[in-house]
Amino acid sequence: MAGTSGDLIRVEGLAKDYVTAAGAFPALRGVDLRIDEREFVAIMGPSGSGKSTFMNLLGCLDSPTRGRYWLDGRDVAGLPTEQLARVRNQQLGFVFQGFNLLQRASVIDNVALPLVYAGVPRAERQARARVLIERVGLGRYADSLPSRISGGQQQRVAIARALVNRPRVILADEPTGNLDSHTTDEVMALFAELNREEGITLVLVTHESDVAEYARRVIRFHDGLVVEDRVQTPREPIEIGASA
Amino acid sequence: MIGPMLFEAMQALSSNRLRTFLTTLGMVIGVAAVIIMLAVGSGAQKSVQDSIASMGSNLFIVLAGSPSTSGVRGGGGSGSTLTLGDADAIAELPSVKAVAPQAFGNAQIVYGSYNTNTQVFGTTDDYLEVREWPLASGAMFGDSDVRSAGRVAVLGQTVAQTLFGPEDPVGRTIRINGSPYLVSGLLARKGQSLDGRDQDDTVLVPVTAAQRKLFGSRFHGTLRMIMVQSVSEDLMARTELEINALLNERHGIRAGQESDFTVRNLTAVAETAASTARIMSLLLGAIASISLVVGGIGIMNIMLVSVTERTREIGIRVAIGAQPRDVLLQFLLESILLALLGGLVGALIGVGGSLLVQHLAQIPILISTSAIVLAFVVSASVGVFFGWYPARKAARLEPIEALRYH
Ligand SMILES: Nc1ncnc2c1ncn2[C@@H]1O[C@H](COP(=O)(O)OP(=O)(O)OP(=O)(O)O)[C@@H](O)[C@H]1O
Ligand SMILES: [Mg+2]
Repeated sequence: MAGTSGDLIRVEGLAKDYVTAAGAFPALRGVDLRIDEREFVAIMGPSGSGKSTFMNLLGCLDSPTRGRYWLDGRDVAGLPTEQLARVRNQQLGFVFQGFNLLQRASVIDNVALPLVYAGVPRAERQARARVLIERVGLGRYADSLPSRISGGQQQRVAIARALVNRPRVILADEPTGNLDSHTTDEVMALFAELNREEGITLVLVTHESDVAEYARRVIRFHDGLVVEDRVQTPREPIEIGASA
Repeated sequence: MIGPMLFEAMQALSSNRLRTFLTTLGMVIGVAAVIIMLAVGSGAQKSVQDSIASMGSNLFIVLAGSPSTSGVRGGGGSGSTLTLGDADAIAELPSVKAVAPQAFGNAQIVYGSYNTNTQVFGTTDDYLEVREWPLASGAMFGDSDVRSAGRVAVLGQTVAQTLFGPEDPVGRTIRINGSPYLVSGLLARKGQSLDGRDQDDTVLVPVTAAQRKLFGSRFHGTLRMIMVQSVSEDLMARTELEINALLNERHGIRAGQESDFTVRNLTAVAETAASTARIMSLLLGAIASISLVVGGIGIMNIMLVSVTERTREIGIRVAIGAQPRDVLLQFLLESILLALLGGLVGALIGVGGSLLVQHLAQIPILISTSAIVLAFVVSASVGVFFGWYPARKAARLEPIEALRYH
C-alpha cells in the first residue's frame, strides 16, 4: 500500500475545486508528491498557481475535493473535524505571512497556546514556551505584547509557537512576505538551523528566489499542477543571533 | 482547560471595559428590577399576612345598615339599629364562641401636658379574646365595669407611647374628652391592619361608657358593629345563617324584606387580600423578568459582534489545534461571565434599591436570600441561553475561512 512507505508526506492526485458564483474553479488539478523526513522544500510559482491551496490541504486546514493524503503513514484526507484539529495540534506547525499572533496575549502565552489545547499543565507549558523563546532569541520579550515588537521578531515568535508542540513538519506560507531583506535573512537562518540541527521537515512557500536558495529542494507550481521539482545545493545561512 | 480559558475570557472582557459595562447594563437593570419587585411584592404579602394573623380567626362582623346602603362601609350611619341586646343574643348562639360589641368614635385623650386624638372603642372584655390580643401589662376591664359603665381604659401601644413615653401607664388617670379614666391595662403591640391603619393607635373603654358618656348623643344605646367569633372554621357558614336568622327575627324583618344589618365574613375578606397580594407579587416579578430577557438579548447581540470581530483569532486558535468545543466553551464562558457580572452588580443595586424604596416610599419590603440566589441562577442561565448561539457560530467556523477573514 502506497501510504505505508517511509515518507512523512505523501499525496496522490490531490485536487481542490473552489465553488464560486461562476461555478467550480479548479485551483489544484491533481498533485502527486512525496516529502521525506528532514527535507527542506521551497514551493514557488506565479500568483494564483495554487500554492496556498496546496499548503492548506497539507496543513489539514481544508479538505481536498479529490485525491489522497497520508501524513506519517496515516490517511488524513477524510478525517472528522475533531481529529483534524488533533493532527494540526500534534503533528503540524504553521507559520503564516501575517504572523497571526493573538494581539491580546503576551509573547509567552502566544507560544504556549498550542499546549493549552494539547492539555499540557500550566507549569510545563510555561517552561517549554520559555525554552523556545530563548531558542529564537527573544528571551527578554517573553512578557511583551506582539504589538510591541518588530515584524521579524513577531515572525520568530510565530516560529517558536509552531515548534512548541514538537511537530514533525512546519508549513510556512510566505513567512518572509512581510519582512525586509535583513529580517528575512534572520528568519531563514533560523529555519535552516532548525532543519539542519533538529531535523524538522520544512515546507515553505515563497516568491523570492533568494529565500528559495535556503532550501535543498524546489517545487514549482503552475495552474494548479507541479511543473518542476528539483534538488539544489542550499546557500549557507548567515550567522544567527548576530543582530537579534 | 477551563483555567486558561477563564483567564482569557476575563482578559477579553477587561480589554474593552466600556463595552463590557454597556453590555452588562441590561442584566444589571434586569436583575435589580427583579430583586426590587420581589422585595416589594413579598413585603406587601408579608404585611398582609401579618395583618391577617393579627386580626383574629374565624371572624364575622355584623354592621348596622343594609347591604345595599352605601353607609355600610363606614360601619352604619345615624340609623344604627344594632344594640347590646343583639350582641347578647348572638352570644347565645351554639356555633358562636365569643362576641365583642363595638361603639367607637374619635376622642381627645389628655395626660398631663400630652394629648392625642385617637379612635376610642367601646367594647366588652371578650374583645381581646376575639381579636386574640394579649395585654402587655395591667388588666382588661371586667363585666362589672361594663355593667356600671365604669370610667376605665385600656391603652394601645401607640397611644401609651405618645402620652407616657417609656413609662408604664397602668394606674394613671387620663382624660378622654375631658372626663377622667383610670388606665387599667396596656395592650401588646399589634401592628398594621389590612387597610394599613395602625391598630395600636387605640383606646378601649367599656361599651356602656362609650355609649352613655363618651358618644352618648350619637349612639343612644346602639352599636356600630358586633364582632363575632365562630367556634371553628367548619362552623362559619352555620354561624352566618344563624346570625342572619336571629337578627331578622329580633328586628322584625320578614322574608323578602331588606334587612337593616350586614354580616361580613372577615376571614374571606382576608383571604381575598392575601391572594391579591400574592398575584401582585407574581405580576411584579414577571414584569421585571422581561427586563432580564432584554438584558440577555443585549448580551447575545454583543457576543455575535464579538464572534465576527474575532473571526481571525478563532481561525488562529483552530489552526493550532483548538477543538470546536474549546471555541464553544471560550465564548460561552465569556457570555456567562458577562451575565454573572451583570447579575452581581444588579443584585447589589437591587438590595440597595429595595432599602431605598423602603426608606423613601415607607412601604414594607422583604429581601429574601432565595430571590438573590434566584437572580444569580437566572443570570447564569441567561448567559448560557443567549451565549449559546454566538458560541456555536464561533465553534462552527471553518479554519480556512476564519484565517482568510480580515
Ligand atoms: N476561497 C476561494 N474561493 C474561490 N477561489 C479561490 C479561493 N481561494 C483561492 N482561490 C483561487 O484559486 C487559485 C489558487 O489560489 P492560491 O491562493 O492557492 O494561489 P497562490 O499560488 O497561493 O497565489 P499567491 O502567490 O498570490 O498567494 C486562485 O486563482 C484563486 O483565485
Ligand atoms: Mg498564496
